[in-house]
Amino acid sequence: MTDLARIRNFCIIAHIDHGKSTLADRFLQLTGAVAERDMRHQLLDTMDLERERGITIKANAVRLDYTATNGARYALNLIDTPGHVDFSYEVSRSLAAAEGAILVVDATQGIEAQTLANAYLAIENGLDIIPVVNKIDLPAAEPDQVADQIVGVIGGSGDDVLRVSAKTGAGVPELLEAIVARLPAPTADVTGPLRALVFDSYYDPYRGVVCHVRVVDGTLARGDQILYMATAETATADEVGTLTPSPSPGGRLGAGEVGYVISGIKEIDLIRVGDTITHAGRGAVTALAGYREPKPMVFSGLFPTEGDDFERLREALEKLRLNDSALVYQAETSRALGFGFRCGFLGLLHMEIVRERLEREYDLDLVATAPSVEYRANLTEGSVLDVRSPQDLPDPVRLTSVSEPMVRVMILTPTEFVGTVMELVRLRRGEMGDMTYLGPERVELHYRIPLAEVVFDFFDQLKSRTRGYASLDYEPSGYQEADLVKVEILLNGTPVDAFSTIVHRSRAFNYGRAMVDRLRQLIPRQLFDIPVQAAIGPRVIARETIKAKRKDVIAKCYGGDITRKRKLLEKQKAGKRRMKMVGNVEVPQEAFISALRIDE
Amino acid sequence: MSNPWPNHSPSPVAELAVPSPDDPVLADAAAGWRSAYVHIPFCRRRCPYCDFAVVAGDEWARRSDDPTDRYVDAVVGEIAMEEPWGPLDAVNLGGGTPTALSADQLGRVLDAVAERFGIAPGAEVSIEANPEDWDQNAWADLVAIGFTRVSLGVQSFDPVVLAALGRSHHPKMAAAAVAGARRVGLGSVSLDLIYGSEAETPASWAATVATALRLDPDHLSGYALTVERGTELSRRVGAGLAAAPDPDHQADAYELLLAAATAAGLVHYEVSNFATPGHPCRYNMATWAQGEYLGFGLGAHGHGSGVRTRNLRRLDAYLDAVEQGRRPRAGAETQPAWGREQERLILGLRRRAGVVAGAIGDTLERSHKGRRLTAAGVLARHHDRLVVARPLLTDEVSRAVLSLSADDC
Repeated sequence: MTDLARIRNFCIIAHIDHGKSTLADRFLQLTGAVAERDMRHQLLDTMDLERERGITIKANAVRLDYTATNGARYALNLIDTPGHVDFSYEVSRSLAAAEGAILVVDATQGIEAQTLANAYLAIENGLDIIPVVNKIDLPAAEPDQVADQIVGVIGGSGDDVLRVSAKTGAGVPELLEAIVARLPAPTADVTGPLRALVFDSYYDPYRGVVCHVRVVDGTLARGDQILYMATAETATADEVGTLTPSPSPGGRLGAGEVGYVISGIKEIDLIRVGDTITHAGRGAVTALAGYREPKPMVFSGLFPTEGDDFERLREALEKLRLNDSALVYQAETSRALGFGFRCGFLGLLHMEIVRERLEREYDLDLVATAPSVEYRANLTEGSVLDVRSPQDLPDPVRLTSVSEPMVRVMILTPTEFVGTVMELVRLRRGEMGDMTYLGPERVELHYRIPLAEVVFDFFDQLKSRTRGYASLDYEPSGYQEADLVKVEILLNGTPVDAFSTIVHRSRAFNYGRAMVDRLRQLIPRQLFDIPVQAAIGPRVIARETIKAKRKDVIAKCYGGDITRKRKLLEKQKAGKRRMKMVGNVEVPQEAFISALRIDE
Repeated sequence: MSNPWPNHSPSPVAELAVPSPDDPVLADAAAGWRSAYVHIPFCRRRCPYCDFAVVAGDEWARRSDDPTDRYVDAVVGEIAMEEPWGPLDAVNLGGGTPTALSADQLGRVLDAVAERFGIAPGAEVSIEANPEDWDQNAWADLVAIGFTRVSLGVQSFDPVVLAALGRSHHPKMAAAAVAGARRVGLGSVSLDLIYGSEAETPASWAATVATALRLDPDHLSGYALTVERGTELSRRVGAGLAAAPDPDHQADAYELLLAAATAAGLVHYEVSNFATPGHPCRYNMATWAQGEYLGFGLGAHGHGSGVRTRNLRRLDAYLDAVEQGRRPRAGAETQPAWGREQERLILGLRRRAGVVAGAIGDTLERSHKGRRLTAAGVLARHHDRLVVARPLLTDEVSRAVLSLSADDC
């Protein structure tokens, strides 16, 4: 166990690509946590997907044993944090497990909205901040200007801002010294009842659930009977240790320390990220504060292409949820797609990542329905219904009104793009709030916008209108009534629930038109004419017809062609297997996926 | 006139007259006919849409020796390797361009066939020819050595379409060839047409069909232009230099042909084929009835006792094999009983006469797909037979047949 005074727990706040992972790699190298030959780029990003996308999805933790220039040895616990707006809840958990934060800003890019939001969050949580300008080795670096910008946002003096190149290693030794000198040691009730925060977990097929914990008070040791306070589950701590970064089972974690515990729990729902671990029987009375259940913002139905895979999908979701407390799901039945799950996600990126992981790691073929937010239907009989799926929206005659979730959006942009950003927000039904200049070239804009308008492609639109310079952060801001309608898509008169969506009336026509056009191209011609319609209730707002197929025959079939013709027919038949029947219309699986693709 | 259908037990109705080409009894009797196909691969040049085994002019010319004599020797040698079987009801020389050979060479091939298997009295002895090959003396010789039928590769009567198809004849040559064929005594004249090329307009196709019908052919084949892999056409389509045929335009062209040919008294008896009574192509009728046939020459296919064989497609390999006393086989496929039943339906349903349903046909009708096809008016039942009532959608039915499982029966 480590003396409290020799512990520093910190995280890194940075925007995507501003060099957080490279900096973490450099720490590992300089403190000898990883032998030179084992050094992989971005060592902390363990999942393939993270490596491919170059972003960190899961919080992760590593203990660095560092001998400071004063000769003393320190345990520096680096708690990695994700960098995308979808994962702000995971950032909040990392922050709660640390006393300090390194704020990393790219010397060529300047501060981004989300970094700013997280920096504010860290300050609100009482964390001490070490501001760092990274990438000073680049020719385009403007370290002094960026340092001024940081000071303008978080206060302090320009001398407090460290200049670093994570790539070359310049300034990194000074940064390690600053962590020891400028960040506080944890304070704790060392001998009091155990309270340890579960800030991350993952499922190991051989060991069960592995929890990453920050011991706040007391001591956690191997063999202890422990209690997960939120779920009231008891277990034995089979293995306790630190991550260096590979698991090192030391047997004990003292107050202030960060490490892992394995308690043989395999029931995945029994461990909630954000829970407090204490001792069974002689434990703490109150759990640690500050954690909230993550709230999903975007909902989408996930259906296996092959109906037989429903159980496999259930198991895969159960396993994913272990690592991802933000993922929620419940069984759902679609007339068009059969049995599946309505899943809740933090945002679109989160949704895409979950789908990709299900397909890649669990070898599932999935169809995802149009994403939706959670609406509130105010019914004539006086009650309020939460609507997570367009299917659940009652008939208009039963409704007095429908409300939609709103968000407060903060956008940071160079001043030259203010006009185009304002236009985008107006198109998305946003209301203008404050506008603050952060120096002559950067402006901070505040809006209130329907969440539905933000979650889909707002971020991409913002990026393209500002040549990538603007950045975005948002937080929930209650509900507001709006003129919302359900647009249904009908194939040969049969509504296809998978394509239904709830949109503002002003958008209904565009959605209907686009969907009808896409489906006309995606659904192959069949034996009869197929009307494709978009409708609001009984009123058709767009229509196309997939004309009946007229010719499907190989012209020539003589002695020499028989074997080849049969092979050709077999091949065509195989291509037809992945069809779903909607009424009497054959719809290729691909049509569901392509029609619902958001980026088009 | 001798009975042209030696192995056909005539139906009571047909006893007094030559049966219609779409007569079910005739269609089923064809399963018992014996036929042989001989492939003559030589062509002046390869047409852009053709994927047959062809030795084209430039390749042919590059060779120091004229390979045709050697080829005829090899075909005669291959025929000698076959077990005796016969007599044959139909012999068909296809290509390539069979008339690239001299009458002497063709005579040696036919003699070898006749000597090995025998040719039944009244048998169909057919040869493919191009209109530009018309030559009074040469074609008179064809009759002298035993040919009774010629199939002319007319393709179109529109010079623009002919040029686009890579054909070298002028439309007028086709009319001359038809008249000439009749004059020298070829008893059955068939025309081949191709529709749906990029250069064709609805009007030019209508004119082509009308011109063809005015020539009063005994048999007419109309094929939708198909983009076959590995052809020049396929490369051009792939590179965006030519448009792929539009299936709706081809459907229009097909319907026009069907109406015009039927009005002119021709009987539609297979997806792409029309004939007057007594003139359906017997070699092909046997194929669609799943009958057995021999195949000789480069890339030729044969079918016997549930085994489908195919010959080598490269000229040197073919010649070497036969000259070394080996069968020039590239491969053989033995079909299981269920596969044979599926094939019986798929082939038989191409005919207007349809096919005896049997257990597999009953299963098809009961299946989900079968019911959809019946509801859409594609598949129909006539007593014990199944018929495709909308021939342009035949492959919808074929795939439904292939998706049936033996366990469903």
